[in-house]
Amino acid sequence: MSLVYPKESLSVYPKHLSPEYRSTVKRSPSKPLIIVPHTLSELTGPVYGHDAIQVGDNDLTKQHKGEPLGERIIVHGHVYDEDKRPVPETLVEIWQANACGRYVHNVDQHPAPLDPNFTGAGRTVTDKNGYYKFITVKPGAYPWGNHPNAWRPNHIHFSVFGHSFLSRLVTQMYFPGDYLFPFDPIFNSVTDEKARMRMISSFDLENTIPDWALCFRFDIVLRGREATPQDTDKH
Amino acid sequence: MSEIITPSQTVGPFFAYGLAPNSRCHWDPNGNYSWKETIGANLVTPDATGTKIRIDGRITDGDGAPINDAMIEIWQADSQGRYAHARGETPRPNAKFTGFGRSATDKNGEFSFDTIKPGMVPGPGGKPQAPHIVVCIFSRGMLRQVYTRLYFSDEAANQADPILALVPAERRGTLIAHKQAGGGAPVYRFDIRVQGENETVFFDI
Repeated sequence: MSLVYPKESLSVYPKHLSPEYRSTVKRSPSKPLIIVPHTLSELTGPVYGHDAIQVGDNDLTKQHKGEPLGERIIVHGHVYDEDKRPVPETLVEIWQANACGRYVHNVDQHPAPLDPNFTGAGRTVTDKNGYYKFITVKPGAYPWGNHPNAWRPNHIHFSVFGHSFLSRLVTQMYFPGDYLFPFDPIFNSVTDEKARMRMISSFDLENTIPDWALCFRFDIVLRGREATPQDTDKH
Repeated sequence: MSEIITPSQTVGPFFAYGLAPNSRCHWDPNGNYSWKETIGANLVTPDATGTKIRIDGRITDGDGAPINDAMIEIWQADSQGRYAHARGETPRPNAKFTGFGRSATDKNGEFSFDTIKPGMVPGPGGKPQAPHIVVCIFSRGMLRQVYTRLYFSDEAANQADPILALVPAERRGTLIAHKQAGGGAPVYRFDIRVQGENETVFFDI
C-alpha cells in the first residue's frame, strides 16, 4: 500500500498565527514555509507496536494505591486514514488534568487539589482494526491566563503516530455540549465547523457500562490516502 | 471522497509527564508521581553501528526568549541510510535502532539527543540526500507542529542535497548543525529560532 499525503487536507488545521490565542504571536514562523517534495524521510515514520506498552497502561484509574476521585469514564474509538481505512498497531498517548482541572505539573498553579491517586497519563496501541480504549476520569475545566476570565473546556490531550512522520498528530478531545466552546480560542482556532466537530467526542450510551462508567467515542482521522494512478504518475 | 482529517491542537505546557517523563523538564510537583518513558532522547542502542553523536540545541521565540515548554522530536535513518519503518523487512544488524527520539526542553529552552550519525538516504528522482534528521517541533503557542531538518556542518554532500537546494541560499545556514571543537563523541549544535532574525527554515509538507 502506497499512501500519499495531499497538503490540501491540512486546510482544516489552525493557522500558525492565531492571535486570539496569545502565545501564538511570538511562537509562529513569520517567513513563508518552504515547499518541498515528500521524500523517503517524510514518507516513513516511527513504528511503535505492542512492545512499547505494558498491560494496564491504558487504565488511568489503576496507577496508584487507590482510585482517583471524579467521574469514571471510558474513552474509545478508531484511528483511520483519509480513506477511512483503519490504522492498526499505532501508538496512542494521552494526558489530561484531574477531575478538579489540575495537571500533575510544577508549572500548573491552578489552586485546585492534586489527586494522589491520579497522574493523568496513559498509552495504548491500536489493534488490527485501528481500535483503542482508555479508562480514566473526566477532566475538569480550568482557568488560564490568555484573557480575563479565560477557561479551557474539558479536554483530553491525544498524541498519535500513524503510517508516516507526516501523519503525526497532536490534538485535543473535547466533550459534547461544552458551554465553554464559544469562548475558547484554541478550540475556535479551527475555523471550519465540520472540522471542529471532529475534535468533539460523542456520548456512547451503547458502550456505557451500567452501574460503573459512562462512555465517550472519539474517532481520529489521520493524514494519508491511497495513491490514485494520477498521483503515481507524478513520481 | 476523502474524510476530513482531525485538526491539530497545541500540545500545551503540561505534556512532559505524559510524553517525556524522564526528560530535562522537571515536572513532578511533589515526588509522588511517575510514568514510564517509552520514547526518550537517547536513541543509541547496543546493536547500533556507526558514529555516536550528540546534538545540543536551544529553541527561542520571536523575542529571542527560550521556549521552556517545547517538545522536539527527531526521525532519522541509521548509519547506513535505512529507516526502521517497513514491517517484515530483512532483519538488520541494528534492528533495535528506532531512529526516533523525543526531548522536552528545560527552563533554558535547551534540548539534547544522543544518537548515531545517519547515512545518505534516497531522494527524489533517485538523487541521494545528504545525511540529515527530520525535526518536528511542538509547544504551547503552536497550534500545529512545524517541521524542519538538521544537516551536518562537516558533510560535503550538503552541496548537492536536493532539499537544501530548494531553500534560499541565505537561509540554508539555519538548517546546519555545527560540529563543536573537542575530543570524545562529536557534538553538533543546532539552535532553533521559531520567529524573527535568522528564523529557522520550516517546511510546508
